[in-house]
Amino acid sequence: MPTPRTITTEPRKSDRVFSAIVTGGGFFSLIVLGLISLFLLFNGFNVLKTEGLKFLTGFEWQNAIPDAGTPANYGIGAMLYGTLVLGLIALFFGFPIAVGSALFLSYYAPDWLKKPMVIVIDIMAAIPSVVYGLWGYFVLMPHAEYWAKLIHKYLSFIPIFDMPAPAYSRSPFIAGLVLSIMIVPIITSISREVFAQTPLDRIQAAYALGATKWTMIKAVVIPYGAGGVIGGAMLGLGRALGETVAVYTVLNLVYDIRPEVLLSAGGSVASMIVNKFGEADKAELQALMAAGLVLFLVTLIVNFLANLIINRTVRK
Amino acid sequence: MTIAAPKHPWRPTPKDLVPDFIGVLLTVLISFLIIAFSPLSGKLGFVVSLLFTAMVVSGVVNYIRRDRKAAFNAVTSVLIYITGTFLIIPVGSILLEIIAKGIPGLNWTMFVNDMSVTSADAPPNEGGLLHAIIGTGYLIFFASILSVPIGILTALYLTEIKGKFSGIVRFFVQAMSGVPSIVAGLFIYAVWMIQLGNQYSNIAGAASLAILMIPTVARTAEEVLKLIPPDLREAGLALGATQWRTVAMIVLPAARSGLITAVILGIARVAGETAPLLLTVGGADAVNLNPFSGNSSALPYYIWKAFSLGTDQSIARAWAGIFVLMALVMAFFTLARVLGNRRGRA
Amino acid sequence: MTTGLEARNIHAWFGKKHAVSNISLDFNQGTVTALIGPSGCGKSTFIRILNRMHEFIPTAAMAGEVLLDGSDIYQSGVDVTKIRLQIGMVFQKPNPFPSMTIAENVLSGLKLAQLKIENRDELLETCLRRAGLWEEVKDRLDEYGGALSGGQQQRLCIARSLAVQPKVLLMDEPCSALDPGSTLRIEETIRELAQTMTIVIVTHNMQQAARVSDYTAFFLSDGGPGELIETADTKTIFSVPKDKRTEDYVTGRFG
Repeated sequence: MPTPRTITTEPRKSDRVFSAIVTGGGFFSLIVLGLISLFLLFNGFNVLKTEGLKFLTGFEWQNAIPDAGTPANYGIGAMLYGTLVLGLIALFFGFPIAVGSALFLSYYAPDWLKKPMVIVIDIMAAIPSVVYGLWGYFVLMPHAEYWAKLIHKYLSFIPIFDMPAPAYSRSPFIAGLVLSIMIVPIITSISREVFAQTPLDRIQAAYALGATKWTMIKAVVIPYGAGGVIGGAMLGLGRALGETVAVYTVLNLVYDIRPEVLLSAGGSVASMIVNKFGEADKAELQALMAAGLVLFLVTLIVNFLANLIINRTVRK
Repeated sequence: MTIAAPKHPWRPTPKDLVPDFIGVLLTVLISFLIIAFSPLSGKLGFVVSLLFTAMVVSGVVNYIRRDRKAAFNAVTSVLIYITGTFLIIPVGSILLEIIAKGIPGLNWTMFVNDMSVTSADAPPNEGGLLHAIIGTGYLIFFASILSVPIGILTALYLTEIKGKFSGIVRFFVQAMSGVPSIVAGLFIYAVWMIQLGNQYSNIAGAASLAILMIPTVARTAEEVLKLIPPDLREAGLALGATQWRTVAMIVLPAARSGLITAVILGIARVAGETAPLLLTVGGADAVNLNPFSGNSSALPYYIWKAFSLGTDQSIARAWAGIFVLMALVMAFFTLARVLGNRRGRA
Repeated sequence: MTTGLEARNIHAWFGKKHAVSNISLDFNQGTVTALIGPSGCGKSTFIRILNRMHEFIPTAAMAGEVLLDGSDIYQSGVDVTKIRLQIGMVFQKPNPFPSMTIAENVLSGLKLAQLKIENRDELLETCLRRAGLWEEVKDRLDEYGGALSGGQQQRLCIARSLAVQPKVLLMDEPCSALDPGSTLRIEETIRELAQTMTIVIVTHNMQQAARVSDYTAFFLSDGGPGELIETADTKTIFSVPKDKRTEDYVTGRFG
């Protein structure tokens, strides 16, 4: 019985060096992600240890006052809740627009319109967040306050649209609107990528059975692309959760959990970090590092899940 | 025998478009009537009633002409067209506002002056953003130096070595592109300031931007390198070249313009980042030519600060700053597109 | 004998390329017509013109008329979805909808056309029986269509087309992706269906054409657009063709 020979190649020294360097570079992102969690954990450890789980659930953000003998009290519960509310509002407005636009580009738009619209989406993705913030503050907010008043007027029987005080500016609703515009390009481009891969034979089969464009999309495109579109929505959510400057500009930070989304009081972990950073002493800085760690881990998990779903459906 | 001419009988003829046209007229008319005779009013009311009647009218017209199925299809089409329009409105509004509010604040002296001797309520034609432009220039330069080699090495690992960890590496690059920019700033602050005891500096800002830039460069470069035909590599190896020389002398030169596009896209991604700079460069009103130490500014920081000062004059400065920043970002963006298209055609 | 579907002077273009030239063919009710010819002769293009699937290719153009019961399906103002309901199509590769169960696949045409489903179970059984699949799947109608074998999937696609009760069924090389056993089952199905409807089948396989069809049309392209060389009843085409080129093709001398 002949046994198969094993072919061995002894790589040249230059190739081994090359391979080592390239592999090192390849693993850099992994290392950086590890270092980020390590350094934030290291710097925030003291606060996490003394606050424990209260750091995630507490509402208070109080520096120690040695004269009065009050200890420091750091909790980001309200900010975490606010972040989540902002993400949901952003998805509520952004998701339908993004998916609708992706369908429009893939199946409805005339050819001459496709290229300019893709450029518009690319520009949307390229606009810096500070620009979104200022535009949101000066241009969108006056309109959005008016819309908020209308919503309150007609829908105030729903608790989240209630208003304990007539303060409509810098509300989670407005910040969520700004975020929704910012996440649209992410969701739209992933959705387009998924829709483009819908097998042509299934589309044709549906048309050959007498489908209209809409029934074809409902029966073929949406079942095929649902996973990828949800993944895209989660990528958008990840972006919304981590957004800092745009939110800080149009949101009034209040350390309280309030259900009313039209009220000028909201929370955002990222904005809080910027807000408190300037005057932070050593202890507060540690608390901010811990808050950064929580934000980092939350967005990392959301992104991980999103990419898992997208990789499974799109980049097979 | 007559020669048949190609026709497209499935394209709508002018006659087919008549009901559509009537539908549009009807839609506008009805929404005017709604505005005139109902409590709804103003631009918002008009838009809302226009969209609503558009759906109803298209549904009814198609129901009369065809059937329920066609009506359903028409209503959903209108909905999809509406979402497409909603996509354009904010971008149009943002660009128009930047032009309308940015241009009045522009003047030539702002490119040669800084804010060191100008107060917040000085007229916008005093002072300038030279310090911010220099800061942004340094930031882009050093962020590129830090991130481009790593980004391209990552792409080479994914396309040339194709090691068994490729899947994991690609996954982590994707994850890294989701790191919130504020976290990148906090991380650099923790390492550079707290751990190593340095002061605010431009290089710290550049490091935090590099973290955000690496994934963009790596992913675009990977796409570019994937397009290099495998026989080019085999040709190199078959000539007896080592893999290192094949990559350095054949693969990378062949991908050159694509790699430049990747770098420019990365720059466009980070040029407008604000949050990490708030934690790393410290901010300044005067030109700081030393990128390695001392507080400095950058265009996004300049905008942020001018906005925070809150006077009418400084807000005019902020809009002028936005105009300059957007012009810069758009320039990089257009350059990347032009280069990318040229590569596509070649 | 009544004429179900008539093609009158059909031309097809893709961009500047003239793909099919001046084809006139009648398809009689209750018969099977086979379109044969070497690849690239325009058979598939022609059959896709018959139920307006041609227009999905952006550069496509056509000329001529297709008459269904005497009226042109390309007339302006015609509801194209209704045309495709009456003229069904089965494709080369089996393409059941993977997100739907076997039963849902069969009924999908009615859903897509937003038609009311009456007597669901009865309709399911009739369609699956006519497609020759009932015995194999009657106990697992709620499984997904993708779990079936290739031949079963193709018969599922036939059952799916039958559920909307078309007058004509177009089949574009329905067996080219299948093994010989499944091919024979499909051919039996075609013969049975032909008793009640008009069938047009494109095939590369001359034995298949000889086995299933009543009429055969031979297409050929000499580098230019595809043309109809000869059409007659199947026996004639395979025994005493008029044209030399037909004879060469059916006897296997080229193609």
